[in-house]
Amino acid sequence: MRAETLLNLSLPALLLATALIAHWLDEPYIITLATRAAILALAAVGLNLALGLGGLVSLGHAAFFGIGGYAMGILAFHAQTFTPLWGLIEGTKSMPVIWLVAVVAAALAALVIGALSLRTSGVYFIMITLAFGQMLFYFAISWPTYGGEDGLSIYLRNDFPGVNTLLPLNYFLICFSLLAVVLVLFDRLAKSPFGLALQAARQTPARAEAVGLTPYRLRLVAFVISGAITGLAGALFADLNRFVSPNMLSWHMSGELIILIVLGGLARLSGPVAGAMLFITLEYFLEGLSTYWHVYLGAILLGVVLFARGGLIGLVAGREVAHD
Amino acid sequence: MSAALLIEQLLNGLQFGVMLFLMAAGLTLIFGVMGLINLAHGSLYMIGAFAAAGTAALTGSFWLALAAALMAAALVGAIVEMVVIRRLYDRDHLDQVLATFALILIFSEGTRFLFGSLPLYLDTPDILSGPTTLPGGLDYSKYRLFIIGVGLAIAGGLFWLIGRTRLGIQIRAGEADREMIAALGVDIRKLYTLVFALGAALAGLAGAMIGAIQAVEVGMGEPVLILAFVVIVIGGIGSIKGAFIGALLVGLTDTLGRVLLPQVFGLIMDASSATTVGASLASMAIYILMAGILLFRPSGLFGGQT
Amino acid sequence: MAFRTLALAGLLATTSTMALAEDVRIGMITTLSGGGAGLGIDVRDGFMLAMEQAGRDDIEMIIEDDERAPDRAVQQADRMIQSDDVDIMTGIIWSNLAMAVIPSATAQGVFYLSPNAGPSQLAGAACHENYFNVAWQNDNLHEAAGAYANTEGYTNSFILAPNYPAGRDALTGYQRMYEGDVAQEVYTQLGQTDYAAEISQIRNSGADSVYFFLPGGMGIAFVRQYAEAGVDIPLVGPAFSFDQGILGAVGESALGVRNTSQWSHDLDNPANVAFVEAFEAEYDRLPSLYASQGYDTANLILSALDVAHPDDADAFREALRAADFDSTRGDFEFGPNHHPIQDIYVREVVEHGDGLTNVIVGTALEDRGDAYADQCNM
Repeated sequence: MRAETLLNLSLPALLLATALIAHWLDEPYIITLATRAAILALAAVGLNLALGLGGLVSLGHAAFFGIGGYAMGILAFHAQTFTPLWGLIEGTKSMPVIWLVAVVAAALAALVIGALSLRTSGVYFIMITLAFGQMLFYFAISWPTYGGEDGLSIYLRNDFPGVNTLLPLNYFLICFSLLAVVLVLFDRLAKSPFGLALQAARQTPARAEAVGLTPYRLRLVAFVISGAITGLAGALFADLNRFVSPNMLSWHMSGELIILIVLGGLARLSGPVAGAMLFITLEYFLEGLSTYWHVYLGAILLGVVLFARGGLIGLVAGREVAHD
Repeated sequence: MSAALLIEQLLNGLQFGVMLFLMAAGLTLIFGVMGLINLAHGSLYMIGAFAAAGTAALTGSFWLALAAALMAAALVGAIVEMVVIRRLYDRDHLDQVLATFALILIFSEGTRFLFGSLPLYLDTPDILSGPTTLPGGLDYSKYRLFIIGVGLAIAGGLFWLIGRTRLGIQIRAGEADREMIAALGVDIRKLYTLVFALGAALAGLAGAMIGAIQAVEVGMGEPVLILAFVVIVIGGIGSIKGAFIGALLVGLTDTLGRVLLPQVFGLIMDASSATTVGASLASMAIYILMAGILLFRPSGLFGGQT
Repeated sequence: MAFRTLALAGLLATTSTMALAEDVRIGMITTLSGGGAGLGIDVRDGFMLAMEQAGRDDIEMIIEDDERAPDRAVQQADRMIQSDDVDIMTGIIWSNLAMAVIPSATAQGVFYLSPNAGPSQLAGAACHENYFNVAWQNDNLHEAAGAYANTEGYTNSFILAPNYPAGRDALTGYQRMYEGDVAQEVYTQLGQTDYAAEISQIRNSGADSVYFFLPGGMGIAFVRQYAEAGVDIPLVGPAFSFDQGILGAVGESALGVRNTSQWSHDLDNPANVAFVEAFEAEYDRLPSLYASQGYDTANLILSALDVAHPDDADAFREALRAADFDSTRGDFEFGPNHHPIQDIYVREVVEHGDGLTNVIVGTALEDRGDAYADQCNM
């Protein structure tokens, strides 16, 4: 078994074990942290599809994360206040319905943003995705119906059929299962004809075009799927905090998602998982060291970018599938 | 709206645009010459403002403060270029984004560590304080006129520098063909450090000048940074002329949008929703402008291929 | 985690009438880094000053920095409630963080005492028996400014705030008391730092007064640019834009500006005189509004702990409701929705030594409660 395959299996297993042991030790906060890691990993897996496989440096993925969050916030808000949306649609507290709405809404947004942004490339693409993200951010702040900058509070976590979601471990298991499903999906997708074509379009666009592929369409599809997965993670994240606010749409969030991927290892299956676990652990311990912990985070990040380009997984598994 | 008010708002838009140009010029030069996308440019703006506020507190002189801002930003820029940025030129944009994002974290928290969390104070010099009466009887802030003047002078200087001097020829050559100019015996490392420091100095100057009429605080550079990105994307990355036109477009759109949109909506809805909706749309106006321009010109108004 | 202060050193409070079987844990989540950290630092310092003065060793403080990010605040609250088992929570500065944390904290049986944020929901329909606000309801200072505008004879105000909930509440609050006309109502972008366009509108509006609510750096930028533009229409604002912490950054542009506040360092009552003196001695700076709120919050908690342990929730709640402590504001009592009923003053910015400070020049509202108490059923 290759070192990386071993890692692909053992990293999620480590995350699962952390939560289970924390449950056994009666440390609910550790479970909350593990849940957070699972959700951030899920969001980053979504971004990894565009960034790692498609080579699309999107600095606006917080938009999809936030749209997923607001899908949950708005539906639950209408259910909680018993006021139908536009006088027609009842809100809902059912997680599967919320997830579906979050995925569809994020996918639609990704379709529009992607269709416009993918006309450009390189730095223009980075900038224009950043700008679309900012546009939604300002919109969310100034739109009063759903709390504007104050955000929306949901008093109780939403429901999943047959599961008490208020227990930290149960909610962790829900998020973890979704992460596992999406990881398998990512793996299949990366090895599918679509995934291979997408990677070909990243590495040698001219050759890809010569054999009859249309990079624009490939990238757009990848961008939409990527946005949809990140949107799903956004809905879960909002449910974890029982709260959604424009903060989820800020460009720092987009930056953090990229950081997760690069800390873990770009275009690697479990890069986002490793990155999210590392990030949460770092955050937990660095915060304890100093109020100015962002300095250390910045220094570590700089070190990884300059000297350890394969990320955590690259260090362990070697660079055989590194992104260049 | 009266003509006088419109002229006043146009001046406001011009001043905002000129300030954005100082930021955008550095960004676009650095991108054009070295192919580097620098998110930490906003930090250099902040460093300029803090250096100015610190110097003004010690010496009481605004002019010394401006000089200190220029020098501090250029110095920090040169050091950062030599220590970090230099390693990023032949990396992909992703690495550049991440490394410079990391620099933002380090600079922001580092500044907070040095200066604390409370905003600092930087005063305008007496000679530029208060309003002056323009021909036509319009009262306008002297200091804002000063910013417009300095900005336009620097824009002129940059056009001259790039179009007419030896350094300008090297910069243009560097944009066109990097290997070639190294082969011609130009010390490319020195050139890059110089260009980066020049961009940094412009950002620092902008930070110091704006610092005198707003709060000097950590994080002040980020909103300006994002606007500057919008400017260079609209103008075409790498083009000084594009940055200038883009900056004025963004400055005017933002200022006039804030003033006019609520009034336009006031025609079709009640006053209080009009102010809310108008203000919401005004905050998105420049992004809509940018999306519109990129739709028709995917590499900006004056951009070549990247 | 900024730091965890274990049991406070000091003498055991021998005057306490009952021996407390169990220690009390207080969790403070506040903003200690990032934008607006000055406010959180002042609340913490005021709070800790009162704790040190009390010198009790049965109180354990857990202090966390929320960096003004709602999701971080929620996480830390979860940790405090789930892992650290806190009895009482306090510290949040911002309304949006308050809305993210407080409803779920009180629902889990924790007492929450807000030293600053007072969003209208928590004063009205979403009030809770375990939630107390020790500062003000968000509208209060704006209402007071409206009342002050009436007494000053202003009849045509230009009003200005950022386009976000607290901004809209501010202008609503002002107009609740203000009886004159509104020349123009303008919403700016949150975080905006250039106000040239708005100042030009003000100059041309024909207004006789300007009311603005622009917290933090926004207010500094606005006031300085306003002075720079040479517009001579008087400014009125809430205390937030003219408080001790940021007056230094506003500079002389602020001289003479009237602002409304429930507290001022020159309020003449024994508790306040002692507080100002002790705060200056301890931290070597003048206390701010926020510091006084932190100090009052701590003293309120201490007064209730003298009566009951939070585990005895009913008795502890009654003791809080009685508000039997020496407030730096002088008279202080709670309304039916656990929000203060207090006087709100008008202050003016004056020179003070090398710098600037505020002095009280009048009273805007007496014994003011809030507009939302009727909607609260607890």
